[in-house]
Amino acid sequence: MTEQRTEPAPAAATNGGGGALLEASHISKVFGGLVAVNDVEFRVPQKAIVSLIGPNGAGKTTFFNCLTGLYRPTTGRVTFDGADITAKRADLVTRAGIARTFQNIKLFRTMSAIENVQVGMHSRMRSRFTGMVLRTPFNRREERESHEKARELLKFVGLRRHDELAMNLPYGDQRRLEIARALGSDPKLLLLDEPTAGMNPQESEELRRLMETLRSERGVSVLLIEHDMKVVMNVSDHITVLDHGEKIAEGSPAEVRSNPRVIEAYLGSQA
Amino acid sequence: MSTAVASLRTNAANVRRLLPNWVWALVFIVLAILYPTIINAMVSAPDDLLDASIQTLAYVIMALGLNIVVGFAGLLDLGYVAFYAIGAFVVGWLGSQQFADVNGGNGIHVLVPGQGLSGPTPGIHINFFFVIFIAATFTALWGVILGAPTLRLRGDYLAIVTLAFGEIVPRVFENSTSGIFGIGSTDFSNGRQGITPIDKINLPWSNTPFSSLDLEKYYYVGLAMLVLVIFFNIRLRDSRLGRAWIAVREDEVAAAAMGVNLVRTKLWAYAIGAALGGFAGVFLGSVNNTVNVDQFEFGLSVFILCMVIIGGMGNIWGVILGAVVLSMMNRFGLPKLNGVPEKFGLDFDVTSVNFGIFGFFLLVMMVLRPEGFIPSGRRKLELREAEIDEADHIGAESDRQVYEVRQA
Repeated sequence: MTEQRTEPAPAAATNGGGGALLEASHISKVFGGLVAVNDVEFRVPQKAIVSLIGPNGAGKTTFFNCLTGLYRPTTGRVTFDGADITAKRADLVTRAGIARTFQNIKLFRTMSAIENVQVGMHSRMRSRFTGMVLRTPFNRREERESHEKARELLKFVGLRRHDELAMNLPYGDQRRLEIARALGSDPKLLLLDEPTAGMNPQESEELRRLMETLRSERGVSVLLIEHDMKVVMNVSDHITVLDHGEKIAEGSPAEVRSNPRVIEAYLGSQA
Repeated sequence: MSTAVASLRTNAANVRRLLPNWVWALVFIVLAILYPTIINAMVSAPDDLLDASIQTLAYVIMALGLNIVVGFAGLLDLGYVAFYAIGAFVVGWLGSQQFADVNGGNGIHVLVPGQGLSGPTPGIHINFFFVIFIAATFTALWGVILGAPTLRLRGDYLAIVTLAFGEIVPRVFENSTSGIFGIGSTDFSNGRQGITPIDKINLPWSNTPFSSLDLEKYYYVGLAMLVLVIFFNIRLRDSRLGRAWIAVREDEVAAAAMGVNLVRTKLWAYAIGAALGGFAGVFLGSVNNTVNVDQFEFGLSVFILCMVIIGGMGNIWGVILGAVVLSMMNRFGLPKLNGVPEKFGLDFDVTSVNFGIFGFFLLVMMVLRPEGFIPSGRRKLELREAEIDEADHIGAESDRQVYEVRQA
């Protein structure tokens, strides 16, 4: 646990304090003839909460997938924490320090909540094959520590039924479990894809507080895709708006709210 | 009926909870050790039964190996027999007179009785207990080589490709009478005749090989190998790698996004599954005293897969039970029934329709109990999802209960 809290400090040092944690330039993704993401510039500063919004089909999730290595961007470059991670394999991106959740919940359904989080820690565990078979003291300690850390993370996101199978958890808890699982890899940047979908206002509010705790206590930056404007406007330092794969606006919540192009994208042109 | 099964299960769980797990393990090991003595005292023709049991031990090892690939990692492998074949051929090469010219006809001997009636025995002769590990390593390597091209495939496509590998490997051996893959001119397999005889097992510190009538000794060697394999399986299941396998089975995309290296995780599953196939292959090669391509047919891959499915995919104890039941039925049960059709005026042997019988058995199982004899908690939930009563799981103290189901 201590390890996790100290981690953001050296990261900030390597970036000279003011540098961006994540920098994506000229990202495009083309599927056949469809341009899903078109030349998007994007940056996430250290310890920031930034949001990506836009109407359905604007290319937000595609953009997420380009950042996390699930898609290979057609053009562009992604730099994270000073290293080029463009088109790296998803597991290497996670190892580098980006963790994500999914819009349509993708938990390991037949594993318990604890085990789900332990899988999230996979890239931070170092037991080798022989260690697992012989159950060396190192392996034992690592297993025990991962178990304790998983419990701690589940408590942190507010999930109480630790030994329950993921599929038996109620919807809100599944969302929470996805966040805990993502936090298992000690990320510096957490990508949340519509985390409040299907949550009631009280749960959304809890989630908003969780994101702020993440930033203040653990130094984790958050990149959020969200439709719930109340959450977005309350929590974000900076908002980027996508429409038809293109960035149409960005700025502080107040700026974005009053931007005529954003209003047009959401409400349609009144001409 | 389901309530009867449920009450049976709770009773079984209660009995199981009376003693800690290691005591149960000890009880089963002691029973397995006493087994030859018990059947000697109770059965009129114990040799038949013991012979079937020895074969069964090897099949259990293979089923456990396949369970890692299919049950844990969720990669449907229909060509598992290939690894049995490779393992068996390794003992054919390293424990027979196949390479008679080696070392100027004097042969190579490692901890085996070296002198024949007329001077040293030609060929390579390495002690069985070394060969099993050499073969396991070698087949693991082939598991990786055959697994690598299939990594991008899933489900049906994976099954078809592995099926092809299961056919190709024995054919390669069959045609390797003059060099392998067209390289060299050494005879690797004797074609359809196969390699025979294979060296008898001898303990590394002893100079007398087991006599082929000494079934008990073979039984104990097989049992020791099986205990080692079970230990190995349990350790892996409860490790970081075991969790990664299940994560990959559940959702590849999510697993990759959580930092699981898909390629490495799947290749480990193939390698370990293959190694266990090779392990059993050496044992069977030695016990059967021959390595012959006719042994490695597609039906065997399916047979082993049936053991895994009927026993309970993903559950080590279920798979063991499934393998014991099917293999004993095949080797011991059905031959005993050979006289039955004649009594009804029918003219066939029960053994000749064994696959028909197993097919029917599988069908019945799939209808009545698709999750297998002893399902893994995970698997059962997947298959019986619809039947789960919400109330059962939302109950306040359900944590402990669910944990118990998973151990079942």
